[in-house]
Amino acid sequence: MQFFRQVFVVAAKDLRAEFRTKEAINASFAFALVILLMFSFAFDIPVETARDISGGLLWIVFAFAGTLVLNRSFARELPNDCLDALIAAPVSGAALYLGKALANYVLVLAVELVSLPVFSIFNNLSVTGQFWELLLVLALGTWGLTVIGTIFSALTVNIRLREVMLPMLTYPILVPALMGAMQLTSALVAGKPIGADNEAWLKMLIGFDVVYTAVSLVLVETVLVG
Amino acid sequence: MTNKILYVLGIAALAILVWNIYTIARLPEETRQGEVFKIIFFHVPMAITAMIAAAVALIASVGFLLTKNFKFDALAVAVTEVGLAFLAGNLVTGSIWGREIWGIWWAWDARLTSALVCWLLYAGYLMLRRAIEEPTQRATFAAVFSIFAFIDVPIVIFSIKWWRTQHPQPVFWAGGSFPPDWTKHFLWNMLAMALLGAVMIAVRLRQEESQRELDSLRRMAHAL
Repeated sequence: MQFFRQVFVVAAKDLRAEFRTKEAINASFAFALVILLMFSFAFDIPVETARDISGGLLWIVFAFAGTLVLNRSFARELPNDCLDALIAAPVSGAALYLGKALANYVLVLAVELVSLPVFSIFNNLSVTGQFWELLLVLALGTWGLTVIGTIFSALTVNIRLREVMLPMLTYPILVPALMGAMQLTSALVAGKPIGADNEAWLKMLIGFDVVYTAVSLVLVETVLVG
Repeated sequence: MTNKILYVLGIAALAILVWNIYTIARLPEETRQGEVFKIIFFHVPMAITAMIAAAVALIASVGFLLTKNFKFDALAVAVTEVGLAFLAGNLVTGSIWGREIWGIWWAWDARLTSALVCWLLYAGYLMLRRAIEEPTQRATFAAVFSIFAFIDVPIVIFSIKWWRTQHPQPVFWAGGSFPPDWTKHFLWNMLAMALLGAVMIAVRLRQEESQRELDSLRRMAHAL
């Protein structure tokens, strides 16, 4: 119980700090808009094609924009040595990590939910056909993105070229999760249900989330304390 | 002493390799694919060596995190570098074969894609190492990343398998079509590649150890 209260306190602290400055979420959403705009003039696509590749386009936007939020997650704690204070605080590394991951999850999901209607308007696509299923895929895919992103945010916070290293290290690891999320999103936007032919992707996405949440919780103490 | 052993092993590996190339070149052409089929004698051993290297890198990384002994860290970086080179060789030979048989250098097929993703993962490992100055931190973070990368490999392979597949199925087991009397040549080349890899790893390991010795001497000189 104590553990979950600590997680909640860390998450609430991060969200409060973010909503006061809005630095990461504004930058992330503006970036998502810019990429969506670039896509719409880079590929002048008819609606049918857009429907087929919607998953790919959306998740590239989410992965790029999400990285901005994740990059800030631990970098925000550097001024005034807040990170040292957090590590010295009487909370376990796992609680600190989970709290930060939760805060990032809320922020990345918020950026995604705002980008989704923009994407739908720009490309004349309806995304509400199977909204709840789509929301499930968003929730699972984003958790994968945040779990990996948060632990690597902790890992890269003190090293050279931090901003470059985070996406370079996380995207190859995220390949299976992104692939599953892209496949499922494209299918759902095209009006196909989650059934026999793409159920495996859903299971893979859940498996990815579970495995990496567990591994991160085990290794985070090592990353933070050494 | 160890130097001598390394020289002997290195020369042995090269000698076996040269002998293999000589005998493989004189084998008859494969009926359907012709001469280019023989690339399998190099392509597959390279893949197997790279896979073994990845497994050793995992064991060494876990070993470092448990013991904080820098010998494990040196082993991890040595096998990762050599494994990456072998995987690159595997990708290149596969690409040459693809050009001859499929008519294209690259296809986004399951195995090609997963091999490329593995290559990128372990290249990321080496880049991460270069970005960190402090040896203990570098070794710890690199070990954590190596564990993440290794866990990812099976997930990548399965997910990409569902995505699409075009790579030929294995020809060695389960009713494969590999000529039985060629298996001997294949195994000899497997030995040559593995031996070559082992010697390269040993050389890299010694280099890593001298590097650490140098670093500690420099620190001592600064402290004086």
